[in-house]
Amino acid sequence: MEQSSDALTFFALLLPFAAAAVAPLATRLMGHRAAWLLALAPALIFLHFTTFLDEVSSGATITAGYAWIPALGVDFAWLIDGLSLTFALLITGIGALIVLYSGGYLKGHEHQGRFFSFILLFMGAMLGLVVSDNFLMLFVFWELTSITSFLLIGFDHRREASRRAAIQALAVTGLGGLSLLAGLLVVAGVTGEMSLSGLLGSGGAMRDSALYATALVLLLGGAFTKSAQFPFHFWLPNAMEAPTPVSAYLHSATMVKAGVYLVMRLNPAMGDTVMWATILPLFGGATLLVGGVLAVRQTDLKLMLAYTTVASLGLLVMLTGLGSEHAVAAAALYLVAHSMFKGALFMVAGVIDHEAGTRDVTKVGGLRRLMPVTASAAMLAAISMGGLPPMFGFLAKEEIYYATAGATPWLILVTLAALAGNALMFAVGFAVAIKPFFGVERETPKHAHEGPVLLWLGPLALAVAGVATALFSNVVHVLVSSPMATAIGGIPAEITISVVPHIGVPLALSLLTIVAGVAIYRSIDRLREMIAGMLAAIGWGPDRGFDQAIRGLIRASAAITSAIHHGRMDVYMGVTFTATAVALFAPMIVYGELPAWPAFPDLPFYEWTIIIIALIGLAAIVIAKDRLTAIVSLGIQGFAVAVIFMLLGAPDLSFTQFMVETLSVVILALVMTRLRLDPTDHRPLGEKLLDMAIAGTCGLGFTLMLLRVTQGTFDRTLSDFFEQWSYTIAHGRNIVNVILVDFRGVDTLGEIAVVMIAGLAILALIRIRPRAVPEPKPGPEL
Amino acid sequence: METALSVTVGCFFAISVYLLLSKHVIRIMLGVGVLGNAVNLLIFTNGRLLREVPPIIAPGMSTPAMEIANPLPQALVLTAIVISFSLFAFMLVLAFRAYQSLGTDDTDGMRVAEPADEKLPPLGY
Repeated sequence: MEQSSDALTFFALLLPFAAAAVAPLATRLMGHRAAWLLALAPALIFLHFTTFLDEVSSGATITAGYAWIPALGVDFAWLIDGLSLTFALLITGIGALIVLYSGGYLKGHEHQGRFFSFILLFMGAMLGLVVSDNFLMLFVFWELTSITSFLLIGFDHRREASRRAAIQALAVTGLGGLSLLAGLLVVAGVTGEMSLSGLLGSGGAMRDSALYATALVLLLGGAFTKSAQFPFHFWLPNAMEAPTPVSAYLHSATMVKAGVYLVMRLNPAMGDTVMWATILPLFGGATLLVGGVLAVRQTDLKLMLAYTTVASLGLLVMLTGLGSEHAVAAAALYLVAHSMFKGALFMVAGVIDHEAGTRDVTKVGGLRRLMPVTASAAMLAAISMGGLPPMFGFLAKEEIYYATAGATPWLILVTLAALAGNALMFAVGFAVAIKPFFGVERETPKHAHEGPVLLWLGPLALAVAGVATALFSNVVHVLVSSPMATAIGGIPAEITISVVPHIGVPLALSLLTIVAGVAIYRSIDRLREMIAGMLAAIGWGPDRGFDQAIRGLIRASAAITSAIHHGRMDVYMGVTFTATAVALFAPMIVYGELPAWPAFPDLPFYEWTIIIIALIGLAAIVIAKDRLTAIVSLGIQGFAVAVIFMLLGAPDLSFTQFMVETLSVVILALVMTRLRLDPTDHRPLGEKLLDMAIAGTCGLGFTLMLLRVTQGTFDRTLSDFFEQWSYTIAHGRNIVNVILVDFRGVDTLGEIAVVMIAGLAILALIRIRPRAVPEPKPGPEL
Repeated sequence: METALSVTVGCFFAISVYLLLSKHVIRIMLGVGVLGNAVNLLIFTNGRLLREVPPIIAPGMSTPAMEIANPLPQALVLTAIVISFSLFAFMLVLAFRAYQSLGTDDTDGMRVAEPADEKLPPLGY
């Protein structure tokens, strides 16, 4: 039984990827109706995970898996407890609805199959992320969600705004992922555990470590970028460039909660420290307020919702940071509630956009009669978002105020932040649900009417789920919320809150939220202008900062490229030969291998003569004032070398050298007389001296190296071999010739090929006609 | 002999590097020509020197009767001479064509592949 259940879970985790593979084909065959088929995949996974509810709610934690890369301690292992199970159910449950919704939303889109594929890939990645037990598996899936998110945001890749948003999201969350990896490795180094279950079982080992702060900052770097915490919040609203199903699924219900998931997951092992309880509420609170305020400013329905999502994520992080029993319960409840109402509202915004042709809240109105189903879904979701009974959002809100109600200055501050944030979200939520549907009917770009079933099914299902879960809250608490709070808190928790309001401080705070929310709603137009004015006065934000950073990066790389790769050949050569000189001298000096001072050579006079002729030839090349002298001088040193070969027992070399030097001189003379090139030196004296220094050092280096080598012992193995066998096995008396045509015949073939290719290249160069030959100009300017 | 040739090789290298560091194509060509000889002499001297005894097995013998010049560096240098000549010829023609097309023999003026005023890559996304 256990075995087959493990195998089923393994296949459930792989199923989204399989579905992604067949999605394009299915869409080609069935059109948008493929959505019904593809939605089966998440629905089946959802059903599979519901089978764990019983076991998990009775307090069990299921860990299983297979070895993946045992040598590195990487397993494909999963951890299913209240937290990951809730996430898995949300991902697959909402995922099924989103697939259906995408079927209607992108009906007839030429790349609908690709879209299905991407969204199912994302689903697989996200599911893998939340059930991962192994650190590296967690990281792999974490980055996979970033990559699929990139693909989905940039789905409409023909628009620059879309490409920018995709790159921005990838840059922010991808870098965060690297930070997460570093953090996980620090944790693994400290505790010796490579899995979450191991870490959770390691007690306070991490908290007491000297590396706690390092690990925490690195891990939060991953969580805060993924969950769009201030000041990394800017990518999330930009990600609204994606098609609406993506916004509803990735950027409100699931992916952005990965950071929250991580924080919740680590809470038992890393929480309950001063650092944890300060950083998280601080950043969470700031995010909550910034998100709420910026949401009010927007008129685009999706952007309004996006900023409230930022605010909600801040709220979740803040609650997790507080870490008290009520705070953890509130975080669990709010996370579930948020996924339902925000997913529904996003899909509603998409329906309005799809059917009315605009999603500007100031340009639509009175759609209630035309789109009754969508309007009711929107209303239900907004009531939940506003935290009114009888919705699941109400339970979450009550629990939040239970958590924050307290008399310490810190808690009062947190309560105020929660109050302000909730009031802002209340106002924005109702603005999204009321403004487009009530009031006077407005002329919209498209003639609005109710969308097809695929479009309204998702939002309606989620909105109704918000009511149902609240009405049957005792069941939900037992099966989902309590186990989740248990997993976050690390101690058994029991949530009992129900839709029946209790008289007390939380209720009073709730009422205060509603009053403030209504006040904000009524003056939302004035507030919008005020905030817009304020932001214009500031004039800078992380979003612009991102653009500046990218431009700076491009400029800096261009500057570095042109500094190193400047196109001045004399400088390239100077650098090359300076490096050559260093390479010659450094080893000799470092290893103390400088040659001994040699005795003055005792040579016959004719050898001196030849050497002196060679040196005269060399000197003449450098100081030659006219072409002919330079060419003749080149010939002189070449012939001198040929004579040296002759004197030292190398007649073959000598013959070849004579021929080659003759040919070189002839060709050079042809070219130089044709071009009337001037061989004299035009460099200023300073450059000449520098070049002389480099050249002299190189020359000295070669001399010293050669002296040192010839003073050492000589290994004659190869030479002896050739001398021994040249006649015996190759039947040749000229050993050099035998080496070339017999022992190393293939090398000689290569040499011939090189000569031939050079000849062909020369032929090609001569035969191509120069394009519009410019008149030879005297100066270097072109 | 090795000492004398070592110093000679050093001079060959110094002159060739000095010519290569020039900005004028024709001087660079001359430098390439000298460089070939410098490298060949370097390899040749590395194999030790022996006067006037070519590596040839006398008739009637199956191995050399006395000490002969080292045949291995000679085989290497023979190949190198031919290859460096091919390279020299190719570069000369290349320089010839470059001069025809660009109208200059100054390497500072040959900026077609790496223009001096290269524009920034696009700053958008």
